[in-house]
Amino acid sequence: MSKRYLLLEDGTIYEGRAFGAELNDYVGEVVFQTGMTGYQETLSDPSYCGQMVVMTYPLIGNYGINRDDFETVRPALKALIVKEAENDPSNFRSEMSISQFLSQKGIPGIEGIDTRSLVKKIRRSGTMKGILIDDLANLDQVINHVKQTALPKDQVSQVSAVKPYVVPGRGLRVVLVDYGMKHGILRELTERGCHVTVVPYDTTADEVMQLQPDGIMLSNGPGDPKDVLQGIDLVEELVGKVPIFGICLGHQLISLACGANTERLKFGHRGANHPVKVIETGEAWMTSQNHGYTVSTESIKHTKLKVTHQAINDGSVEGVEHESLPIFSVQFHPESSPGPSDANILFDQFLNMMKENKLGGVTSCQKEQIFVGS
Amino acid sequence: MPKRTDIRRILVIGSGPIIIGQAAEFDYSGTQACQALKEEGYQVILANSNPATIMTDDTIADVVYMEPLTPEFLSKIIRKERPDALLATLGGQTGLNLATELDQRGVLQQYNVELLGTNLEAIEKAEDRELFRQLMIDLNEPIPESTIVSTVEDAVQFANKIGYPIIVRPAYTLGGTGGGMCDDEQSLIETVQNGLAVSPANQCLIERNIAGYKEVEYEVMRDSNDNAIVVCNMENFDPVGVHTGDSIVVAPSQTLSDREYQMLRDVSLKLIRELNIEGGCNVQLALNPNSFQYYVIEVNPRVSRSSALASKATGYPIAKLAAKISVGLTLDEMKNPVTGRTYAHFEPSLDYVVTKIPRWPFDKFQAANRTLGTQMKATGEVMAIGRNFEESLQKAVRSLEIGTHELYIPKLRQLANTELLKRLQKADDERLFLIAEAFRREFKLEEIFNLTQIDYWFLHKLEDLINLEQQLKTQPWNYDLTVIAKRLGFSDQTLARLWDTEEKFIYDWRLEEHINPVYKMVDTCAAEFESETPYFYSTYEQETESFASNRKKVVVLGSGPIRIGQGIEFDYATVHSVLALKEAGYEAIIINNNPETVSTDFHISDKLYFEPLTIEDVMHVINLEQPEGVIVQFGGQTAISLVDDLVERGVEILGTSKTAIDCAEDRDQFEQMLEKLNIARPKAKIATSKEEAIGLAREVGYPILVRPSYVLGGRAMEIVYEERDLNRYMEEAVNVHPNRPVLIDRYLVGQELEVDAISDGETVVIPGMMEHIERAGVHSGDSIAVYPTQSIPESVKQTCAQITTEIAKELNVKGLINIQFVYHEGKVYVLEVNPRSSRTVPFLSKVTGVTMANLATQIMLGRTLADLGYRSGLIEEDSTISVKVPVFSFEKLRSVDITLGPEMKSTGEVIGRDNTLEKALYKGIIASGLKVPTEGAVLLTVADQDKQEMVNLATRFHALGFQLYATTGSANVIKQQGLPVEEVNKIADHKRNILNVIEEGRVQFVINTLSRGKQTHTDGFKIRREAVEHGIACLTSLDTAEAILTVIESMSFSASPMPKQEVVTV
Repeated sequence: MSKRYLLLEDGTIYEGRAFGAELNDYVGEVVFQTGMTGYQETLSDPSYCGQMVVMTYPLIGNYGINRDDFETVRPALKALIVKEAENDPSNFRSEMSISQFLSQKGIPGIEGIDTRSLVKKIRRSGTMKGILIDDLANLDQVINHVKQTALPKDQVSQVSAVKPYVVPGRGLRVVLVDYGMKHGILRELTERGCHVTVVPYDTTADEVMQLQPDGIMLSNGPGDPKDVLQGIDLVEELVGKVPIFGICLGHQLISLACGANTERLKFGHRGANHPVKVIETGEAWMTSQNHGYTVSTESIKHTKLKVTHQAINDGSVEGVEHESLPIFSVQFHPESSPGPSDANILFDQFLNMMKENKLGGVTSCQKEQIFVGS
Repeated sequence: MPKRTDIRRILVIGSGPIIIGQAAEFDYSGTQACQALKEEGYQVILANSNPATIMTDDTIADVVYMEPLTPEFLSKIIRKERPDALLATLGGQTGLNLATELDQRGVLQQYNVELLGTNLEAIEKAEDRELFRQLMIDLNEPIPESTIVSTVEDAVQFANKIGYPIIVRPAYTLGGTGGGMCDDEQSLIETVQNGLAVSPANQCLIERNIAGYKEVEYEVMRDSNDNAIVVCNMENFDPVGVHTGDSIVVAPSQTLSDREYQMLRDVSLKLIRELNIEGGCNVQLALNPNSFQYYVIEVNPRVSRSSALASKATGYPIAKLAAKISVGLTLDEMKNPVTGRTYAHFEPSLDYVVTKIPRWPFDKFQAANRTLGTQMKATGEVMAIGRNFEESLQKAVRSLEIGTHELYIPKLRQLANTELLKRLQKADDERLFLIAEAFRREFKLEEIFNLTQIDYWFLHKLEDLINLEQQLKTQPWNYDLTVIAKRLGFSDQTLARLWDTEEKFIYDWRLEEHINPVYKMVDTCAAEFESETPYFYSTYEQETESFASNRKKVVVLGSGPIRIGQGIEFDYATVHSVLALKEAGYEAIIINNNPETVSTDFHISDKLYFEPLTIEDVMHVINLEQPEGVIVQFGGQTAISLVDDLVERGVEILGTSKTAIDCAEDRDQFEQMLEKLNIARPKAKIATSKEEAIGLAREVGYPILVRPSYVLGGRAMEIVYEERDLNRYMEEAVNVHPNRPVLIDRYLVGQELEVDAISDGETVVIPGMMEHIERAGVHSGDSIAVYPTQSIPESVKQTCAQITTEIAKELNVKGLINIQFVYHEGKVYVLEVNPRSSRTVPFLSKVTGVTMANLATQIMLGRTLADLGYRSGLIEEDSTISVKVPVFSFEKLRSVDITLGPEMKSTGEVIGRDNTLEKALYKGIIASGLKVPTEGAVLLTVADQDKQEMVNLATRFHALGFQLYATTGSANVIKQQGLPVEEVNKIADHKRNILNVIEEGRVQFVINTLSRGKQTHTDGFKIRREAVEHGIACLTSLDTAEAILTVIESMSFSASPMPKQEVVTV
């Protein structure tokens, strides 16, 4: 197997072996993921758009790649970095090895490096830019190239649906705004009988409302939420019109639209073991997470949002709801895949919210209107 | 939720003696639990009968009761101590059973003792097969079709309905005792018969066999706030069909996709919630390898062997947190003790692979049935960590100490293909090596899969390893290939074998080439958070995380896996040595590979290296740490066997020197030393042929003790009474030739004495002397030991003390020494000298209050006993009498002869303490699991040489009102004494015979001594096995029998008529 190197912007070189596709000269943000299973879902999670993902679990590809567990059709990450990529997978659903899959999708991989030392580096210095190279010629030039390459700000446009499409159902009508949606979100909605219209990230509020939704779902997606101006605008306009549920980037957009602020995390939360406290009940959930930005706690004080979920480890904001309107969102992934399903109940809450709103029952939203009106 | 303030005093029940299925893991979890409760400010009262544990140290709990773990004794403790609460879920099955019984007897209610942690209803639901099955049906969770039977007929009927193969599991037994897999009606009948007999509930579960499914375990925790997490999941290398305690296990699971992982995680959490468990719980699941279909196999509503493994595999201390949960704390408010920064409500993420391999006692029990099934047979286990599966597997293999360092057992080369394939199909302890051998013979992967059903992923890895082995063979000293091999866990020894050279040369070359391992930290979080856990494993990678400090440091070598002859006692001493080093201001570094024990709790030492105990792996640590020296005295034979190589590589051995160790281990040097000191030992000779043996035996004089020189641990050792038997022994038992001589020792019948002493070379302190109940000839580990001695004249004791002092000084022992004596016809002979920590150190330390391992360690660091305030000689004896009673696991090991002899067979020990010998013995015997009935019947069937002695026992049993049963020979002797006896037929050609008497439970004791000649398939063997399988005490030493008889006599009143008055005639 031929040699391949991971070069970081600080000049660190990790020597490994090539697997997957040929190189693409792409400079990406190197992030790590701590899930021990679920590499197929991770690979195909559009939120990793433009990133180079290090798996902390050393053996990746053990159960191969199957036809079912994709979170999108077109993986958006730029490189996979592992300790060992398995060439002889074993699982009844396995269709091909991870290397074959990556080759098919044009994604290069590097294996055989000390991933733990790389993770420690990222933990200490924060997320870094990096590049994969196959030889060490012109190193200085390459390092300069890495340093000078600005990370993209348009990832959402790269991974969002281009045109609206419908996943029909006979139940509640949901408009799902696709910022780089994981299929899991769609699955959870359709499993609950929803009629889902998936729309591109730049759909306007009018267009959304024309679809007469019972609720709006804002998906996850890659990058800095502040780069997704259309999203912030959209939420601002939709607030108060129909129930809204946001996940991950969707959560950040809701927060920004309601006046809160977001900030970059040193090295993000990416894994399947992130404990979150449900403030109302005191219970704790194990959640699946993938985000490099977070809603800043301080900034929420001056908004009509209140924190509903909090990360147990670093105390960061994991979920908010509007104090009077049927709007809520979470930073983590209740649709799991990969990861634990502890928070799956949130989809039921969203459905209940839509039902109440639709039936004209006394929702918190109407309560306020009545109060204001009297 | 904050911790509870309405309770103050908590009674913790330990798990008692080490037996197969319930071993050192409960010392680890129990110790953690006691410490955790103390940390929270509770007063801890501990009950445990096992003196070899750290848990029973007086520093671990506030009050320690080393009393029998029976409802009667626990009730006494409860009455006396009036605890507010009881914590039983950390004492294994024993703890749970006791809690249930105390509740049923109303003791808990009467004294208002609240059961902490999981409630009894939940325990019952998980433990009672029928309730569990009903719960699963209610929850709509799939379980294999099964039924509960209380009769053999019902079992057969059910089997006819669903078909074979069928699995039988008796209810409420440890480690699946008495269970088994049945392929046909006959085996079903046998297994169910046994199962019903051993089940306290007289029930067996029989169910559909789902052998071949993947076996997956989840270690889950839940708190009172209904928060529940998975600490670790594990996948068994061996598919369903082999008890998980006997399976090779990897963590985390390797072949499960996220969907399968999460599906089974959801099931596990659902179960722990439904059962309302507060604390830790183990869920075993079977997953169809070809679909998402799964079955729930079992739930253990408590910490277990698996949870100890999961704790060591992840770093997450399950028992500690389970104890805290039981007093009301919740997961989200407790810190993760590993990172110190994050919280306990967290699912550890591993960035390495853990492999556990069981350690079986078949090296000791060669006659045992080695097939693995639903009944656990392993006595211990090893664990290894690597950055890939191959590395972790191969490190685990060389941790086992089974005579090979790799996936290669030379004798398997001789196996015929047909035999090889046959053995692959029915799992046994060597299956891993058989698979490797099959790949060497180029059997196809599919073929091996079809026979073993082991997942392709694992088989592939093994095949690749063998391919690499073949490649290595053709390219010796190839740098690149060596790097690859080291990354995959190949040892220097393997390379040496393949390249036909010595391990030392490979090691030196490798170091020159800078092919060195690095050390990575176990931190629960895959490096996501900063941790300072001093817990490391080696791997061949780029960056190391372990750095030597500037402090003075000492490396302590642990004792590896628990096996017969090297048990938890050595871990106890290791832990004490480590603590002593820390007290003395040294950095204490431990190397060990046993996941069950306290010594591998990373809180114990300053640094823990979880590594194989081979010279290569140990040297790597030493090279990095540069310690002042290495302590080998506490690690049993495991550590001692490394001494030569360590010294050769310039490593300083602290304490007693290599020369002294050699002198005690080498027969010639040893003899010379004793001669020089004018100390007697039984006459001993070495024979290299049968003829020579016979000549020498005459010279030495019968009876003699014979054994081959090339095996350790008393294997194939026999007491021979006459020439005829020696002939047979030389022909059948050993293969003697000049390179493999046979050792012949005079066997002296007499009282055996044992001494443990501490020496600094000048002063020799003897904390205590023990007397064995069984005469010499029974392995000291299998004897009942009594402290202080009861029947030994003071002058003899002084002689022993004198001899001990002389030998310790002569050997310049710096540390511990153990000497065994026999007192024969008025004279003291030395049987054995071990210049290191022995099995009796924890027992003696506890009963005498002299912390022997601690003192020994201080001496190794340069202190003298005089400094420490000690004078030479035997320390004044305690007035309380303590006995150490061995505990066996015979019911788990079919076809093992239970006769006591020179080979050690016990797996654990208990203590009995009181102010008379009879009371102490009573407690010890009860604690060991035997019953002491005051009425009933006894069956006597003894060898000719024992008949006269037996008559004395028979007379005394009769006087107590016991009915006597005996086989013809024994009955005749009894009749001659004019005692009533019921004669029973020998097995031979009688339809109703001695076995029926045992089967029908008509006797409480069987006293059987070994007829000369050691053929296992004699009547005697069947009688003994029959007794074990029916739970009837079988005593194979007349001394043990007499001890029990004495106890019964002290408890009962004899019925004797008034003496006739002489009539005076006028």
